[in-house]
Amino acid sequence: MAVDLSRRSVIPYGPQHPVLPEPIHLDLVIEDEKVVEAIPSIGFIHRGLEGLAMKKDFNDMQYVIERICGICSFMHGMGYCEALEGIFEVEVPDRAKFLRTIWCEMSRIHSHLLWLGLLADGFGFESLFYQAWRIREKILDMAELTTGGRLIASVNKIGGVLKDIDDDMTKAILKNIGEIEEELKQIEKTFLLDYTVQSRLKGVGVLTKEQIHELGGVGPVARASGVNVDLRKRGYAAYKYLDFEPVTSNDGDCYARCNVRLHEVYQSIDLIRQAIAKLPEDRTLAVPVKGNPDGECFVRLEQSRGEAVYYAKATGGKFLDRMRIRTPTFANIPSLCEMLKGATLSDVGLLVITIDPCISCTER
Amino acid sequence: MGKVARSPWLLHYDGSSCNGCDIEVLACLTPVYDAERFGIMNTGDPLQADIFLITGGVNTQNKDVVKQIYDQMPRPKVVVAVGVCACTGGVFKECYNILGGADSVIPVDIYVPGCAARPQAIIDGIVKAVALFQERSDEHDAKVKAEKKGGR
Amino acid sequence: MAEVICPENRLFEITPEQLLPKTMEIKTRGFRLSQACAALVKDQIELSYSFAHDETYQLETFRIVTDQETEIPSITEIVPAAVFYENEMKELFGVNIKMINMDYDNKLYRIEVESPMAPKKPKEGE
Repeated sequence: MAVDLSRRSVIPYGPQHPVLPEPIHLDLVIEDEKVVEAIPSIGFIHRGLEGLAMKKDFNDMQYVIERICGICSFMHGMGYCEALEGIFEVEVPDRAKFLRTIWCEMSRIHSHLLWLGLLADGFGFESLFYQAWRIREKILDMAELTTGGRLIASVNKIGGVLKDIDDDMTKAILKNIGEIEEELKQIEKTFLLDYTVQSRLKGVGVLTKEQIHELGGVGPVARASGVNVDLRKRGYAAYKYLDFEPVTSNDGDCYARCNVRLHEVYQSIDLIRQAIAKLPEDRTLAVPVKGNPDGECFVRLEQSRGEAVYYAKATGGKFLDRMRIRTPTFANIPSLCEMLKGATLSDVGLLVITIDPCISCTER
Repeated sequence: MGKVARSPWLLHYDGSSCNGCDIEVLACLTPVYDAERFGIMNTGDPLQADIFLITGGVNTQNKDVVKQIYDQMPRPKVVVAVGVCACTGGVFKECYNILGGADSVIPVDIYVPGCAARPQAIIDGIVKAVALFQERSDEHDAKVKAEKKGGR
Repeated sequence: MAEVICPENRLFEITPEQLLPKTMEIKTRGFRLSQACAALVKDQIELSYSFAHDETYQLETFRIVTDQETEIPSITEIVPAAVFYENEMKELFGVNIKMINMDYDNKLYRIEVESPMAPKKPKEGE
């Protein structure tokens, strides 16, 4: 069929939009109600953080890196520290590895619950949004108890961690994640079985395994399309001592992505239990690191949104020559553009949310 | 107060913040902290908003967006800068793309400190903003009344 | 205990001419683009193209050492996902990348400073 250009129109979407907590701008080329093409334009939160790495002491930089994003804060700090530990060739004490794992999984739970809430808000289920966020507060209380901060933890340092989790805290964590599991089971039914939710999610924004591979998709978006990839399998931190299998699904639609993230919360709860059970007795938290970094290192972590790449390069000075952070959302934007093709205008907000966009990560 | 207080609507925009303050602002509106009990309501429409919550510093690209949102809001209006980045630029002050705090573009009435700002602090800021909005509305009403009388 | 799959990351130095054939070759081996970035090391620009394999968790990186003048071919024809990475390199470092599929023409982040992370050019009159 010949394309009738006169029926095409362009709708600007964002940056300030009710469904988006963060600004991203999309130019949607639509034909009637169908999106034909989506051209993203980013840069509303670009701060130039990677440029700051060239003029800030590498020890101080860790606190700036943690503030790339408030949701993935802990894992960003950890990725930076692991990259520099790789350059210094130091081995972190075992207890620090386990503590990092526990905090990683806690931030994954909080991030996924946040996403589940935003998704519910996206398809207009307000009470489900409130329920998900109510449960999320419990894990934030635990973050506050163990690190002192609700979102920005600042407990990493190059060579280890700064704070310990004592026995009272582990008891509190175990009690709390038990409650979270119970309460999540109650709202899980609504997310997965409710008729109206299914009608909004099923068959929307389908991406096949091949498409994901071509577009470089990562994380839950890739796993929902059947790609069995989870960087935690590389065994960084204490993941090599824990038992888990990546959560995958084969449908590749919004429902599958919701399903994968929901089950990853249970997986994280399980991982925290395993890590607490195996927490080493030796309370050494950090090894000293001396001198200036010289060398380069690639580190890959599985963040709550997918694979993040940290690349540090230094040539013996006090400042790093390059600190590159490739965040998961940056890799998922091509997938989003592909998903939007053929979607109806009313689904655009939902589709933007299903990749779990973290714009402040993306633009740094 | 003696009479029915106003119920201002709240608009939230993420300047160039790290997301931390944004999700804390959202957390304020959800059941545990429930800022809506102070009579405010969250909206996505600048044309109907009375209180403007801005998080994060201002960069070269969103400068115009922030200005436009501020201009679209009807008078009287109150601006609350949430988080240290919106107050001064914070840790990102030296970055090449950051112009400074929110007050480098629009007038800010209330500053909420913290990185990330705690919900309690944000609620405190909102309560102050509601009071200030009431004050400004009363002033505005009195002015309109006086003008009407003078016109007659 | 779960099985750990953690092969060493590998790094290859290549020339700009080799980039396209190497990318083609690694793509047929089932790798996906993981990241691409530029770095400024002692007035030279280092480009790193990292490719990851989803089953073996292998990360292979191609390294090109270049300057701002040398033309670098775009890999977007082979790997469409490289669009944002290449635009970013072009805007922040002023790398001379030709024929990007969707060229934002230095307007990806829309920053006012021109290539803020590029080597400092001597000011005129100095």
